Amino acid sequence: MVRERTRVLNLVQAINEALDLALARDERVLVFGEDVGRLGGVFRVTEGLQAKHGESRVFDTPLAESGILGLAIGLAMGGMRPVAEIQFAGFLYPALDQILSHLGRWRHRSRGRVGLPVVVRAPYGGGVHTPEQHADSPEAFLCHTPGVKVVIPASPERAKGLLLSAIEDEDPVFFLEAIKLYRGARAEVPEGYYTLPLGKARVVREGKAATLIGYGGMVEVMLEAAEVAQREGVEVTVVDLETLVPLDEDTLLEAVRATGRAIVVYEAMRTGGFGAEIAARIAEGAIDHLQAPVLRVAGYDAPYPPFSAIEHLYRPNARRVLAALRKVLTY
Amino acid sequence: MKLKPVAYLERGEFPLEEGEALRLYRAMRRARFFDEKAVTLQRQGRLGVYPPFMGQEAAQVGVALALGEGDFVVPSYRESALLLAKGLPIHVLLLYWRAHPAGWGFPQGFRGVNPYIPIATQIPQAVGLALAGRYRGEDWVVAVSIGDGGTSEGDFHEGLNFAAVFSAPVVFLVQNNGYAISVPRSRQMRVDYIARRAEGYGMPGVVVDGNDAFAVYLEAKKAVERARRGEGPTLLEALTYRLAPHTTSDDPSRYRTREEEEAWRKKDPILRLRKALEERGLWDEERERGLLEELEEEFQRELALADQAPEPRPEEIVEHVYKEMGPDQRRAHEALRRGLHVEEAW
Ligand SMILES: Cc1ncc(C[n+]2csc(CCOP(=O)(O)OP(=O)(O)O)c2C)c(N)n1
Repeated sequence: MVRERTRVLNLVQAINEALDLALARDERVLVFGEDVGRLGGVFRVTEGLQAKHGESRVFDTPLAESGILGLAIGLAMGGMRPVAEIQFAGFLYPALDQILSHLGRWRHRSRGRVGLPVVVRAPYGGGVHTPEQHADSPEAFLCHTPGVKVVIPASPERAKGLLLSAIEDEDPVFFLEAIKLYRGARAEVPEGYYTLPLGKARVVREGKAATLIGYGGMVEVMLEAAEVAQREGVEVTVVDLETLVPLDEDTLLEAVRATGRAIVVYEAMRTGGFGAEIAARIAEGAIDHLQAPVLRVAGYDAPYPPFSAIEHLYRPNARRVLAALRKVLTY
Repeated sequence: MKLKPVAYLERGEFPLEEGEALRLYRAMRRARFFDEKAVTLQRQGRLGVYPPFMGQEAAQVGVALALGEGDFVVPSYRESALLLAKGLPIHVLLLYWRAHPAGWGFPQGFRGVNPYIPIATQIPQAVGLALAGRYRGEDWVVAVSIGDGGTSEGDFHEGLNFAAVFSAPVVFLVQNNGYAISVPRSRQMRVDYIARRAEGYGMPGVVVDGNDAFAVYLEAKKAVERARRGEGPTLLEALTYRLAPHTTSDDPSRYRTREEEEAWRKKDPILRLRKALEERGLWDEERERGLLEELEEEFQRELALADQAPEPRPEEIVEHVYKEMGPDQRRAHEALRRGLHVEEAW
């Protein structure tokens, strides 16, 4: 991996660059979805790609999510490597049948003869005052689908390498992009083609007091909480899961065992959210090391509120993470 | 099947009673007034993301006024004019677009449904609403609207088929404004007219010049009467154009030309109708000014009402998720009410 030169990019630019490189490198790669061509996507993630790679490789589809997923499945069966965009993750619902009944099952159904190297990208998550259903975090549904992988990057530099890995992967990968980070997150991003392994969690900060675990848009929230805690002399570990399926349980459990206290942070509804899975894994694999119950900081058991004036109360913030931290430290 | 857009205004015909024509004009002008104000409020940060309907007034108002009082509208998100013409108070609509809880769940008795965001899901629902009326011995008709892009979704097709099979009293309005955000109709489908699809489901399909208020109104009336007589659904396709961006955060110059927009501006449904009224001596500059003053006054009154809505309470986040709160909502409710979060309150 040659990674000498870097530039500061935001998440939109980093993902755009990854798509550009993938299109250039492998002519089986196709990019399509609603408004991705001419407009360059509603968030401009695919900006310029159609002009550069042509209308047969980067194209607009009719407005039909089930159609987009079905098309991707067929293209993959036929040997292509489709990268489909769903305009907002909250609009995956019309496509759930394609995902649950087909995309995730095909390898198993064909006894391993047909794999579907499909990547589905979708923006998710709140914090930017979007209308109803534009802030949903549907990762738990996807993780509960056998046969698909789920990746949620937390920074531009990680996103670029992870997306290129996802496109190279022989199995279907959902690649969820936190809307809050699109222009909010900026980082040094290496030039050129590089991949980062799927299925690996990373420890982004280390401390002895407790372990904070999250992904995507919640990583910056955890880091903010960690900064505040540090000022009070409390050092915490922050784990960015990055890939939810397959989960890097080793890194997770090791980080929890080292501190004995764990808090999971996610912006979906609390009940049945992916944080519950993490808490269960910790109970299964590290119960002897726990000095306090595993806590969850999550959304409430309600739809993500479209009501601008109170939406910030739904999405976890550093203050709530700190409150949970106080709880586990004083248990 | 031969299809041709129904039109009157261009040919100088005046097929309506004068009172009806004036009613149409006032409702369209009022809708445009709202649309312009809404965009301004959005720019001032006093409204959330807003999807303008400018240019589509004839399509929406024409259908709304063709309905009886007991009939329902089931709009998509671009249909503020349909809601206004059906009688939704302006302050409620403003609160809706302010994403304020008080603007959600329309007032008791209003025969219309909140617009929602996922495209086409309202189509089969409208069919159900229409059938409910039949079960209950009511003769209400349901007008449901969708954009040209939305007709690509599976729900659109399932809904039309259901409506035809059950002979449901529904009027399907497709506002074919040529674009789904940036995607042109030609990329959305390969039929000349969407109304052509009606035949495949077993219902009449009608194409109207959607910028011709008379055409929309008269054809919608026929469809409503047909539905009320128990003869089933109609697919009404209104050929129109949105003169504004997709939403207040869109940039249409990336996907359409100024020339195209200018050409459609000449077909502005409000100017067209006004011209027809003026030619008959039913309207003039002075009446227009009077109307605008009236509208301004009404709007300011309604805006003040909207501004008086109390700040949403934090605990509203978990209210109305179930009829009665479960333990998880109750715990969250109590915490939010106390100004805390669940983590702090445990
Ligand atoms: C299921 C679903 N997919 C995607 C979107 C995002 N989206 C919002 S509006 C729109 C285009 C709609 O076009 P059309 O149906 O023609 O209606 P118009 O905006 O022209 O009134 C899209 C793709 C959505 N709201 N719902």
